[in-house]
Amino acid sequence: MDLFLQQVLNGLTLGSIYGLIALGLTLVYGILHVPNFAHGALYMVGAYVAYFTMVDLGLNYWLAMIAAGAVVAFLSVLCERLVFHPLRHAPPIHDKIAAIGILLFLEAVVQMYWGADFRRMPTPYNEILHFGGLTIPAQRLLIIAGAFGLMGALHLYLKKTMTGATIIAMAQNREGAFLVGIDANRVAMMTFAIAGMLAAVGATLFAPINLVYPAMGHLLIMKAFVIIILGGMGSIPGAIVGGLIIGFAEALGGFYISNEYKDVIAFALLVVILSVKPTGLFTKGVR
Amino acid sequence: MDRLMNFLVSPVLKWALLVLAVVFPLISDNEYHIYVMATAFIWAIAVYGMNIITGYCGQLNLAHGGFFAIGAYVVAILTVDHEWAFWPAFIAAGLAGAIFGFLVGVVSLRLKEHYFAIFTLCVGFIIYLLLEKWEELTHGSLGIINIAPPEGFGLVDFTETVPFYYLVLAFLVLSVWLVSRLSRSLLGRTFLAIRISDDLAQSLGINLMRNKVLAFVLSTVYAASAGALYAGVVRFIGPAEADVVHTFDMITYLLVGGIGTLMGPLLGTLAITWLTQMLQSLEEYRMIIFGPMLVILVIFFPRGIVGGFLTWRGRRLANKASQQGQDGKSQTTVNTPSTPNADKQEAGNNA
Amino acid sequence: MLKISNLTKRFGGLAAVNNVSVEFPANQVNAIIGPNGAGKSTFFNLVAGAMPPSEGKIEYQGMDITGMAPDRIARLGVARTFQTTMLFDQSTVLDNLIVGHRLRTQSRLWDVIINSKRLRDEEKKCRSRAAEVLDFVGLSHIGHRYIADISQEERKRVAFALAMATDPELVLLDEPAGGINPEETENLADLIRKMVKHGITVCLIEHKMDMIMSLADKIMVLDHGEKIAEGTPEQIKNDPVVIEAYLGSEQDVEA
Repeated sequence: MDLFLQQVLNGLTLGSIYGLIALGLTLVYGILHVPNFAHGALYMVGAYVAYFTMVDLGLNYWLAMIAAGAVVAFLSVLCERLVFHPLRHAPPIHDKIAAIGILLFLEAVVQMYWGADFRRMPTPYNEILHFGGLTIPAQRLLIIAGAFGLMGALHLYLKKTMTGATIIAMAQNREGAFLVGIDANRVAMMTFAIAGMLAAVGATLFAPINLVYPAMGHLLIMKAFVIIILGGMGSIPGAIVGGLIIGFAEALGGFYISNEYKDVIAFALLVVILSVKPTGLFTKGVR
Repeated sequence: MDRLMNFLVSPVLKWALLVLAVVFPLISDNEYHIYVMATAFIWAIAVYGMNIITGYCGQLNLAHGGFFAIGAYVVAILTVDHEWAFWPAFIAAGLAGAIFGFLVGVVSLRLKEHYFAIFTLCVGFIIYLLLEKWEELTHGSLGIINIAPPEGFGLVDFTETVPFYYLVLAFLVLSVWLVSRLSRSLLGRTFLAIRISDDLAQSLGINLMRNKVLAFVLSTVYAASAGALYAGVVRFIGPAEADVVHTFDMITYLLVGGIGTLMGPLLGTLAITWLTQMLQSLEEYRMIIFGPMLVILVIFFPRGIVGGFLTWRGRRLANKASQQGQDGKSQTTVNTPSTPNADKQEAGNNA
Repeated sequence: MLKISNLTKRFGGLAAVNNVSVEFPANQVNAIIGPNGAGKSTFFNLVAGAMPPSEGKIEYQGMDITGMAPDRIARLGVARTFQTTMLFDQSTVLDNLIVGHRLRTQSRLWDVIINSKRLRDEEKKCRSRAAEVLDFVGLSHIGHRYIADISQEERKRVAFALAMATDPELVLLDEPAGGINPEETENLADLIRKMVKHGITVCLIEHKMDMIMSLADKIMVLDHGEKIAEGTPEQIKNDPVVIEAYLGSEQDVEA
């Protein structure tokens, strides 16, 4: 039983991070219909900025998180302005290729500055808590609390503020939103900033129990895509639920089936789902 | 100027390129350069495959590198673990490309645009993971060494660079020839209609699945065959061959040369390969240049070198023809067989 | 020509087309009008097979084509154009049209590899058909121009020509006069009349009322997915239900 609970906890940790990354991806997709392949690279840059702030500048963990969030949000907006905005009327294949270009560039730059070595990011929260037979590293609790806290904050932002409401309106109906006179540029920039910030904070939370290296975003971005396809591209609750599903599937599958192949689980799930239902699980019928 | 332009699009250029390729080993005494050229040709073959599904048919396949690796691994496993000779293994690799391509295609091509790209990205990754983890079959992350080279039946020795160069060149010529046939044919036009829009193609009575799967299988056969040749020259392969970076490299080649054009894949591959060679020190960081280059290309020159040239020239010709048409008060250029009852129609219209 | 019975399409709980029954006779212009969001485009998509209906039956020349794949319906002789004209910008007008006749040909990959006689004949056939339809829409003089360089009205005509190249008996036109000026609209209307004169049945969706009223032989009015009226332009003009529906929305009848 304890072993099972332990896996549930792992699943929750993974799932909350996946959800956070997928949220940014799904927001961007909802607004611009761009599958941003560079999102994983933004996540990676976030981890490096946090690492750099902590190790080289000697600042504390929370400041590092803020720095990472700010830098990556800015970078993300830059991508929108310089790349995706000029391509908004281009055939869909073009912005996918451009996103790949950004991804390659960011990875190469990071690798040039910091090398390809695997690094371990320090954290001030090294305690290990015990509840009954359960061992819980404090960082994991922080991840879960941080991720869900951020999701809650995002929810409030989208529901309670004007900009948030316009983001939702535009995600649901772009043409309509234009008619109502929404400043599409501002909304797009805001969305990219939020997505970048989520990715960077997610990276700062997750990196201490993982490793930091230039290719760290590859697997994650692919899983995030699986998640938003599962949850319906553009759907916010879908990204969170999908993230948890994949997180749990991986934790439990990795433990009970095969640890070697645990990374395949998400993709196998995707292949099965899309084979049966080509438009994903929770998509709305109307195009 | 016009004469130069006409030369650049005439078949003469293609023959000139071919002659150049044939004499290249004779004028270059640097064996390493010949080797680089041969591997560039191999990649070009794979890029031609990518051009069929992505350039002509408009479906961004991000598993292309995976199929390249499948071809390489089929040759490696069959020649090393099962002691096959190269050529039967080469044919098996092509077949494997076709079979896996068909299976993946039937599932993935039902998906539209983004879904297809994401799905194939995942397929590519699954291929990579399987090659790395399935140790009994693939030797895992160690890779496979001592792959058999193509046998020359006592006539030539393909472990030598120059004979291998000509072998690859022959395959390249075959590949380009087939694509040139295809692109000019009704089938090529069918693929192009699908690239414009699925809905439009269907409204023109085109069976989407059948044509997309055909294009996809053709592309994976190209990729797998290129992979098989690659295994035959490098003779050592590992799971890294399936790394998605190779797919991204091929996209770069395709875009630089000109997506959906005939000579684009070759020119793009050669240009980038030699550029990388010249900037040797850059090898590891080449993406610092290539990444932004991809972005700039899709924003400003989405049709690459060849496509950009063709559009420019086509427009010039069209404008010139219109001018002549106006000057001479007659329609030149278009050899339109007139409809017999066209006059009657016009008359009816005015009535 | 086209007989539709109890056609319904639901998205989730919402019925975009609700229980519509109508008949469109051959050899005339049939128009479908209605306020924005009335379900006109969905109706077209159902007829063309682009999406399967939730309920109901579509018969074309006495044949049940309900739920049939769009490419099969096209081969039966139903062609269509789209609201936004989709053409290949980087090639010439004539090149764009050649594929239009593809559905009447048989060549496969093997023909391409061996460059068979069948392929060569069929390509010749497609090419001459392309020239014919280009002539039909009155654009032979711009056959060599790039699509990117021609006007909006010319693009509309090329889209017509592409539909004609499939040798259709029924043509569905989705807002053929969208985005072009009144004079061009009149020319396009002439072209549509010419199509009917050549034995083609036309079904169209349009917002431009004066064009519809002078062009259509029969009009069906949709509102909120339901048929609220059908008849001749004269009948429709004076139908109180139709006027009500249009005044209720922001659409201007005389627009």
